[in-house]
Amino acid sequence: MSGTSLVAARERALAVLGGEPDDATLRRYLHGIPGIDAVGLEQRAAGLGTRSIKTTSKRWALDRTISLIDLTTLEGADTPGKVRSLVAKAMTPDPADPTAPRVAAVCVYGDMVPFAVDALGAAHGDPDDGLVSVAAVATAFPSGRASLAIKLQDTADAVAAGADEIDMVIDRGAFLAGRYGEVFDQIVQVKEACRKPDGSAASLKVILETGELNTYDNVRRASWLAILAGGDFIKTSTGKVQPAATLPVTLLMLEVVRDWHLATGQRIGVKPAGGIRSSKDAIKYLVTVAETAGEEWLRPHLFRFGASSLLNDVLLQRQKLATGHYSGADYVTID
Amino acid sequence: MSFLEYAPAPESRAILSLRDSYGLFIDGEFVDGRGTPFQTISPASEERIATISNANEADVADAVAAARRAYDRVWSRMSGRDRGKYLFRIARLVQERARELAVAESLDNGKPIKESRDVDVPLVAAWFFYYAGWADKLDHAGLGANPRSLGVAAQVIPWNFPLLMLAWKIAPALAAGNTVVLKPAETTPLTALIFAEILQQAELPAGVVNIITGAGDTGATLVAHEGVDKVAFTGSTAVGRAIAKQIAGTDKKATLELGGKAANIVFDDAPIDQAIEGIVNGIFFNQGHVCCAGSRLLVQENIHDEVVERLKLRLSTLRLGDPLDKNTDVGAINSKEQLERIRELSDVGVAEGADRWSAPCVIPENGFWYAPTIFTNVQTSSRIAREEIFGPVLSVLTFRTPAEAIAKANNTPYGLSAGIWTDKGSRILAVADQLRAGVIWANTFNRFDPASPFGGYKESGYGREGGRHGLGAYLSPARVGRGVAQPRLETGGAASADLETTRRRSPRSPKSATKGSKR
Repeated sequence: MSGTSLVAARERALAVLGGEPDDATLRRYLHGIPGIDAVGLEQRAAGLGTRSIKTTSKRWALDRTISLIDLTTLEGADTPGKVRSLVAKAMTPDPADPTAPRVAAVCVYGDMVPFAVDALGAAHGDPDDGLVSVAAVATAFPSGRASLAIKLQDTADAVAAGADEIDMVIDRGAFLAGRYGEVFDQIVQVKEACRKPDGSAASLKVILETGELNTYDNVRRASWLAILAGGDFIKTSTGKVQPAATLPVTLLMLEVVRDWHLATGQRIGVKPAGGIRSSKDAIKYLVTVAETAGEEWLRPHLFRFGASSLLNDVLLQRQKLATGHYSGADYVTID
Repeated sequence: MSFLEYAPAPESRAILSLRDSYGLFIDGEFVDGRGTPFQTISPASEERIATISNANEADVADAVAAARRAYDRVWSRMSGRDRGKYLFRIARLVQERARELAVAESLDNGKPIKESRDVDVPLVAAWFFYYAGWADKLDHAGLGANPRSLGVAAQVIPWNFPLLMLAWKIAPALAAGNTVVLKPAETTPLTALIFAEILQQAELPAGVVNIITGAGDTGATLVAHEGVDKVAFTGSTAVGRAIAKQIAGTDKKATLELGGKAANIVFDDAPIDQAIEGIVNGIFFNQGHVCCAGSRLLVQENIHDEVVERLKLRLSTLRLGDPLDKNTDVGAINSKEQLERIRELSDVGVAEGADRWSAPCVIPENGFWYAPTIFTNVQTSSRIAREEIFGPVLSVLTFRTPAEAIAKANNTPYGLSAGIWTDKGSRILAVADQLRAGVIWANTFNRFDPASPFGGYKESGYGREGGRHGLGAYLSPARVGRGVAQPRLETGGAASADLETTRRRSPRSPKSATKGSKR
């Protein structure tokens, strides 16, 4: 994203808000958004979950799921070796089947970015071109409890090391305390820190940590807030807090990006992360995306799965479609 | 390729083992009817499914006589606990054969398999389970101790929820100790006849439930039969009115569940995305063939345009087509006659100056179909805002204040159901309090539960079905001071004791006197 579009994004936000993004203005705006009926939302999500995706549609959905995965390792025990293993898996998900697509990105801690970039080599690039991006979590992930200076430095380090995408966490404490202006400013500044010397910028995913926001109304407000502040993606969770991604929460966030698109023409991405482990679940998400935001959202720049174990389940399902029988855990590789 | 053009996911029909022709289910056996048989077809393809017997007057008389015998000899003498066991058994068999029943229902009725599978059949089982529990607790049904069953119930049900309406009728009737002659609608007899097989499987005593098929005249003959003690009808207001006239002056009790033109009221603070879903579910569920459908959308004027725009977007994602495809949202219109009525009333709407918009659906070549349609710029005086269309057609009206919403919602000869959408709890209570409708949903629509009573105001009928209230329609209070108590063996054999004494001694006796004796 270029520098001019950063400015444009801010102007658009100000136009939508009708004033400076301080606590009072944001509160007035965010609390004026229609509420969510939890029962109705969950019912709709459950209804979308009953779609029956068979044969050719299933084959397409499985391949598309792979190409939308941010293959993730976010452990204290991560090492360069572990990251190299993850990258190898990202580039060649199924060694027995070269037709299996690559994942969209690998997602690692900031200090692991150089090893990921190095391991990817020529395969490093835009997922639209069949290449693999490097995403880094930043801003004192997962808690976000650090000074702004630390968060910005964390971000800048990852970008300088070659990260194409930054997964930041919002300050849930500030959000829950009603300091919306502070959350807004932090996102704006992290977005600035995503700029690269060549004028381009890393794509910014804003993690809401929906499990800590607790109510659907809060999730909707945080989604709007993140988009207004310039986030390119809104992401459900760090994966470190339960519940992580759920279908109703993702549906709700998709409704927000749909409404934002209707209002401004701009498309924002959505990334459910954490807890999506089976192909069956992943397909429910694809259905929800297609029937809520639209099919054009089913591409790496607009939808991602933050997942690690999901990939192998999809590969098993792929093998089953190809051979007609189920194989087993030893027929897919661990990363 | 487009992902949204989901590959076909048809539910297999292999689970069905249909006969080529079905007789009448009288006295526990299938017998041939003496009227001219008719065909039941699939409204989605117009293909013939089976030949169905037609009950004439003599068949009706046989069915009523069988029900009377079963009442006198078996069912009215059986303990509530044992009646409950049969009902539990039926409920379990419905669950075991759920897939088969769902496929048959979608085939014969045209409703999407996801609805018959996820709504109709589970509710059918729930209804039998619920009333099975009541069978030995009738003392607590609100009529005092030892309420009496009525005798033989004549039940005539519609085509929109063939099996569910059967359950709504049969389960409380049997739990209360009545026997039944039921006539399903002529276009949708199939699941009732499979249900008859389930009754055989459950070894329900012969004659306790009799199912006779035929058209309106069969139903009229049944209702008029002098051996009938109770009439339960669900269907159109016109037929309900005719039944009420027919049985006036007799001592037949009646419950009538008739038409509706429900208002679905959306306030400007409503949870908008869920309200849109609720509007869709309110009128396009079951192709709008729902008596309590939210067919009049009353939307606050300041959000009218936004709601209509969102509604159109949402309707554009509905999938119309093969009812047996698991991804179908909107199935076939049940019959040619109904389709013509929907078309006729829609044309009236256009002629009256309303703006018609239909979802861009590909309409299959064969069968009866109508694309989900909304009318905007509808006035309260429009026929499409007054008359029940009973199809996937929504009339959108506006209001400015809660008082106006209430006045418009109540301004109808019907009063079966209503919906309220607002984030404000106090408003829900205040508005619901003033709506004259039997069922009022808040921030949801078209939800059913066996524990909840259902029924209408004004031309939507009288009596309640479901819940404890639904039992009341099949019971009368203990007869005090008349006749001599004839306690059963379980009451301790106090045959000569007067009623009051018997009741005190054996409070668990379901009925103390007048076992089926018809006055």
